[in-house]
Amino acid sequence: MGKLVALTGNYAVAYAAKYARVDVIAAYPITPQTSIVEKLAELIESGELDAIMIRVESEHSALAATFGAAVAGARAFTATSSQGLLYMHEFVHWTSRARIPAVMAIVTRALAPPWNIWPDHSDFMDQRDAGWIMGFAMDNQEVFDLTLQAFKISEDPRVYLPVMIGLEGFILGHTTMLVELPEQEVVDQWLGPRKQEYVIDGKEPLALGNLAWPEDTEEMFMEIQKAMDNAKKVIKEVDEEYGKLFGRKYGGLIQCINCEDAKYFAVSMGAWSGDLIEAVNKLREEGYPIGVIRIRFCRPFPYEDIWEKVKNSKGVIVFDRSISFGAWGPLFTDLLTGLYHYTNNLPIMSNVVAGIGGVNITYNDFAKLLTSFIETIEKGDKPPVFTWYHKR
Amino acid sequence: MTTSNPQSPKPRPPLPYNMREVVLPGDAACPGCPIPMAWKVLSAVFGEKMILVIPACCSSVVVGAYPGNSLKASVVHVAFASAAAVASGIAEALRKRGITDVQVIAWAGDGGTADIGMASLSGAAERNHDIIYIMYDNEAYMNTGIQRSSSTPYGAWTTTTPIIGKTEHKKDVAKIMIAHGVPYVATASVAYPHDLYAKLQRAKKIRGFKFIHIHAPCPVGWRFDPKYTVRIGKLAVETGLWILYEYYDGKIHLSGPSRPYIDPKKRKPIIEYLKLQGRFKKITEDKIKEIEKYVEQHWEWIKRHM
Amino acid sequence: MVKEVQIVKTGIKIPLAKPKIGVAGKTGFWRITKPVIDYDKCVKCFLCEIYCPVNVIRVEPDQGPVIDYDYCKGCGVCVDVCPTSALKLVQEE
Repeated sequence: MGKLVALTGNYAVAYAAKYARVDVIAAYPITPQTSIVEKLAELIESGELDAIMIRVESEHSALAATFGAAVAGARAFTATSSQGLLYMHEFVHWTSRARIPAVMAIVTRALAPPWNIWPDHSDFMDQRDAGWIMGFAMDNQEVFDLTLQAFKISEDPRVYLPVMIGLEGFILGHTTMLVELPEQEVVDQWLGPRKQEYVIDGKEPLALGNLAWPEDTEEMFMEIQKAMDNAKKVIKEVDEEYGKLFGRKYGGLIQCINCEDAKYFAVSMGAWSGDLIEAVNKLREEGYPIGVIRIRFCRPFPYEDIWEKVKNSKGVIVFDRSISFGAWGPLFTDLLTGLYHYTNNLPIMSNVVAGIGGVNITYNDFAKLLTSFIETIEKGDKPPVFTWYHKR
Repeated sequence: MTTSNPQSPKPRPPLPYNMREVVLPGDAACPGCPIPMAWKVLSAVFGEKMILVIPACCSSVVVGAYPGNSLKASVVHVAFASAAAVASGIAEALRKRGITDVQVIAWAGDGGTADIGMASLSGAAERNHDIIYIMYDNEAYMNTGIQRSSSTPYGAWTTTTPIIGKTEHKKDVAKIMIAHGVPYVATASVAYPHDLYAKLQRAKKIRGFKFIHIHAPCPVGWRFDPKYTVRIGKLAVETGLWILYEYYDGKIHLSGPSRPYIDPKKRKPIIEYLKLQGRFKKITEDKIKEIEKYVEQHWEWIKRHM
Repeated sequence: MVKEVQIVKTGIKIPLAKPKIGVAGKTGFWRITKPVIDYDKCVKCFLCEIYCPVNVIRVEPDQGPVIDYDYCKGCGVCVDVCPTSALKLVQEE
């Protein structure tokens, strides 16, 4: 059995990296990520973690050095937030296109200007075309579990892609919750040694990234798309194994709550799903047939899994904590295009963007929005396709 | 330390025998390109046991297209600003894994070093990772078609200084690296392979961050006949414009080929270097005087730190 | 002790290249001028071999320099560094 400890979300990330026995960590401070690397530095200097920390001079170099370490065969890890993630964006692509397993935690935060350190998903969702597996946690236990699982998923030969794990700054990052930590030996046995497709360590002369002709280039990227498909299976397998070994199974790419007989679905991702679930529980008591689909992985996007749940529903409302300016919330647009593949007769779909810049959305807000959505449809009207829900 | 006159009629082992295996014929370099010349010297020192970390630059093209590579050594191509950072990561991973017989070398042009890569270079130097950072300096953005960099010399034509020529002097990156307090800094030239060889041998024995700045005349960008790559490299030294030295133990150590030119009377006139290159075709007397002044100041600085 | 990494090959297409002679083809086709050797003048100083940017010159102990014209780009560096003018550039046919 593991042990229960009180950890902030950031410390849960740090401990997951420790349990994965990372070899090299390269990181740069940024609010609200900083306490992850502070904790890891402490674990290294106290001798609890046998790893090398590279205290780089920028986020661009943080991911560059993480990439370098991973290419040379190290289990490598980094973490960042917001502007830092944007600054390293070039290497976000570089790492996945090189098919290098690595793990990065994103403690999400709004983008500037204006300067704002509160959480939303703008930084995280900005990376969704980059070829990373993208998972997002709801509470600190899941932060730990998902970060640890990320190493397993990333190094699976069917995947060989880097994984980023999102958690909201402050809401999870700096909030203390009880987290069950596993036994190290069980983790070691399950995770195994570092695996990768190739390693550049001087043993054999290999060159990574030489110029390639258009056809070769495209074929390489088609492999990434295939790996993303494989990842759907791998994520579910890892979730199952992890559930058996450590007693916590989340459901794979999505988690469904109150879904069995639901006629309406609310879709969300991240910590505010907790408030959404609470709101739905309350509405259930009031007789509303509604369930929650919590997206745990938005890359690969769980089209099939969500379709299975919503195919007989009357309405789906998607809550986005980021906005693609000039379009709608990214989870909504992804879901809408995906579901269109399955049917010409979509349920009524509606998108609410909220909580941008860290505006606090409570379960009362969710209850209000959900009630209005359901009642509009029940009356035979159509709710707006897009709402930017704002309050002060 | 061996420094030598490359005009010597006797071969000086281990060059050229150790240069034969790693740099493979038929690469994509322009005729007369200095890059593979320098790689041959690297290979004489490290053989296959080197990992070159190469950001965007001519070298990313020279090694050729997938699935082939013109070097029988390891290469990691990386984003423009990141050579030093990726090399840091590789070096630390090798250390963690207990691999000690492989040299990590960041191999970047002047743009990737003096301009866009300066921050990551400075960071890696300050952290003193056990790598060799080599800036091969062809004094402009050659791969994109001869645009001005901060390492382009005063008065030189480039496609972004097309009429007046560059109005600022060259950024002295070796000096900047000396200011970082790293254990080893050297300047070198592709025209002096034995000198470069000796410097790499010394760098190989030193733990920590090593910086070597290689002067690399580019026939296409400097507008000269490709057969003159070595001649122009030598003229840069013989006119005193490019000074070969090493910095370690807190001091500058002037290298053999540059030693005579501490005496200004022994230097060839700068015009001999300039006149072979189309990029200085329109240079004026005033500008040549300005270059002479700059060269003299550089020598004074060298002398003060010897 | 070297910490090993488990290499599990999947056969997927990735941007990984391996050493190859002639990545840019038979670069001898690029040649406009061709270096030719007068063996009587050659003193086997090795400078042509040391400087050759394409690494196609080998100075053989008895014979002197041998050039692999399949890949020689005809840049002429060998001609310019030759201390005895044993090498000269001629127009390629």
